[in-house]
Order: sequence, then structure tokens, then C-alpha cells
Amino acid sequence: MDIAPNQVIRLVQNGQKDRALRSAAIWKCLSCFTCSSRCPQNVDCAGVLDALRRTAAAEGMHAETETRTLIFNTAFLHNIRRHGRLNEIELIGLFKTRAMLADPDLSFLFKDASLAPALRQKRKLHLAPDGVRDRDVVRRIFARCGA
Amino acid sequence: MAIGYYPGCALRGSSNDYEQSVRVCLKALGAELKELDDWICCGATAAHSLNEKLSVALPARNLAIAERDGFDELFAPCPMCSMELMKAAKEIAADSRLREEMAGIVELPVTGRTKILNLIQLLERFDLKPSKPLDGIIAACYYGCLLTRPASIVGFDDPEAPSSMETILAKLGAKTVNWNFRTECCGAGKTMCDEETVLDLAHKILSDAQRSGANCLVVACPMCHVNLDMKQAAAGKRFGVDHNLPVYYLSDLVGMALGFSPAELGVDRHFVVRLAHG
Repeated sequence: MDIAPNQVIRLVQNGQKDRALRSAAIWKCLSCFTCSSRCPQNVDCAGVLDALRRTAAAEGMHAETETRTLIFNTAFLHNIRRHGRLNEIELIGLFKTRAMLADPDLSFLFKDASLAPALRQKRKLHLAPDGVRDRDVVRRIFARCGA
Repeated sequence: MAIGYYPGCALRGSSNDYEQSVRVCLKALGAELKELDDWICCGATAAHSLNEKLSVALPARNLAIAERDGFDELFAPCPMCSMELMKAAKEIAADSRLREEMAGIVELPVTGRTKILNLIQLLERFDLKPSKPLDGIIAACYYGCLLTRPASIVGFDDPEAPSSMETILAKLGAKTVNWNFRTECCGAGKTMCDEETVLDLAHKILSDAQRSGANCLVVACPMCHVNLDMKQAAAGKRFGVDHNLPVYYLSDLVGMALGFSPAELGVDRHFVVRLAHG
């Protein structure tokens, strides 16, 4: 993290909205809730970071170093909207394609490909995972949430 | 005993070894898992990072299906799913306007009354008597984040010093170690988009478990298992060590104590193939 969660909170308190929104910290956050659990002032730091991520994504002002995380989260929701449940192979394909377009890096493209044969051999790779019957309702839920 | 069951996406994807283990183990204990009809993804980190309303609506649809089908309780073995379901249930139960709004969004009434159970909470209900005690197991119980945090949502065990897995393993004849990284985060869903962070965290967790004398790690989360088992070789390579530390799901050890073989529980499908005991 470029700055710690408590420092992000301080930026927000001081009205330095842009610095908070452009920080890498809000995307490095793992949502582990350690900061919220331990804050002596009972500030829900993780909740504030969540709100900052949503704002940064909506306003298109996220830290450039963290583009991959934003792309991953966006691809994840796209995948759920389509299938209702996660389709891992399709998610990986979409994420890698979009990440490559944003920042071409061949070693990143093929990094996890070496795991594929082992995953297949361990019966952990599913070309056609079970989907949701009522996919239309999933799309309507997404639409009503503006997603 | 019949109980509503929400598998979640991970258990139907690359963490299907966890589902195998959970099913074998709970069947032997007499729990009948009734899968929630046409359940959908809980939204996970992506939803709460990008769209607050969606992060309530996706779990709410599942809670509404559970209520419609008469499940008072829902067992969700993935702590990400269980936390998201609990969070949505709590928010919906506390706010009548949100209840109305969500009923419109998910097309079913929802009150948030369903009680969500993680794997440990479900296992605590059984009188666990090992037919094959876990001699030789010296486990580092790893809780990670969402089993105990946020405490205001999950209200389970002690978020700083949890002990529920140790209590279960003691009944099964296993030894456990006291160690420092039991509630640190493994990097969770960042496996794909920020692998460096995940490998760094995994290396620290694996190293501390070994320093404290453990011969295996025990987890109750599919993402923890991915980062500590599947990514273990990559973490070791990055830091120039060979951890070779078996990572079990809690249900693997319960199942082995009940007499099942590692293969029957899907342990042979883990990436680290070494076993901590015969």
C-alpha cells in the first residue's frame, strides 16, 4: 500500500478527495477487515475504502498501477451478469484480454497457463460449469442496481 | 438432520475438492444437505467494490429463495459467501425500506431472517468421535479473514484469538500449534490480478506455520486453500524455499478421523501431495 488505511481516512477528513481516490491503497485493500476490527475509534476503514473504490471507478480516476484489479472486478461482475454464477475459464479469458489491451505483457498473459494441465488432471477445470436456470432474473437484478 | 445448502461458485469450480470433502464428511455425520434451488453468486469482493446495491441484492436473492423454500438455516462453506449472506441478512432485517426495495429488485419477498452457518459452526453441532484418531497431525489452524471478521456481522469466535478449529481438532486426537499468522489475510481473490501480494502473504503464512512446528495447515475457506496450496510452489519459488506443507480443509481432517481415505475426501486432488500422517 502506498498509504495506510488510517491515512486514507485522514485524507478524507481533510477534504483531500482526489488524493484518496487516486491512491493505490484503495485497490491494494484485500477487504480483510483487519483495519476496521482494530480501529480504536471504531471507524469502518474497510467500508470507507469500499466507498472510495466505487467512487474512483465511477469517476474514472483510479491509480494507474492498479488498473488490473479494477479490470478483474469489472470482468467478474460481467461474468456473473451473464451466467448467474462464476464461469472461471470465461472470467480468466476476459480478464486477461482486457488486461493485455490496457498493458501488453506476454509473460502476464501466459503466467497461469502452466497451471491448466494440472488443474485438468485434478478435475478442477470445468469447460461447462453448471449455470443458473433463470438467467433473465439475474440480468434484471443487475439492471435495477444500475450494473 | 436436513439443512439448506449454498455451495457458492468456488465449490463448483476449481475448489470442487472442498465440496467433495464437505459432502462426504457431513453425510457420514448424518447431515442431509438440501441445495438452495437456482442459487446465484453472492457477488464477492467485485460487487462490494463496484456497486453497493448489487452487493446486497445478489445475496438477498438467495436469502429470498431460502425463505420461500422454508429454510431457516443456510450452510455456506465458503466464508466469503457466508459473510456476504450474513451482511445482507443483517442489513435487510434492520431496515424496512431496504426490505421493500430488495423485494422489488430480487422479485421475491425477503426479511433477512435466515441464519447462515459456516463449516465450523455446523461441525460444532455434532458429537465428533473419531474412529481413526489423527495421531501424528500437528496442525496450524488458519482462520484468515472472513470466518471471524467483521465481528459485528459474523459474530463468530474471537477475531483476534480464535480457537474453534483447535477445539474440533483436539476432539479428533490431533495436536495444534500456537502461531502468529492465524488471522492474517492470504490475499483472497487477488490471486489473478495481484499475484505478487498473494505470494508474499502465502509465503509468510506458510513460513510461520512451519516455524511453530506444524506439519500441516488447516483451512475452512476455498480461497485460502487456492492461495496456500495451489500457489504454494510459486510462493516457494519466489522466495527460494520449498515449503512442501500439506494444506487440509477442516472437513478433510474430520473425514479422515471418521475413517475415510484421503482420496475419498479429494485430498489427492490438492497440489501439495505430501500427507501429514499415514
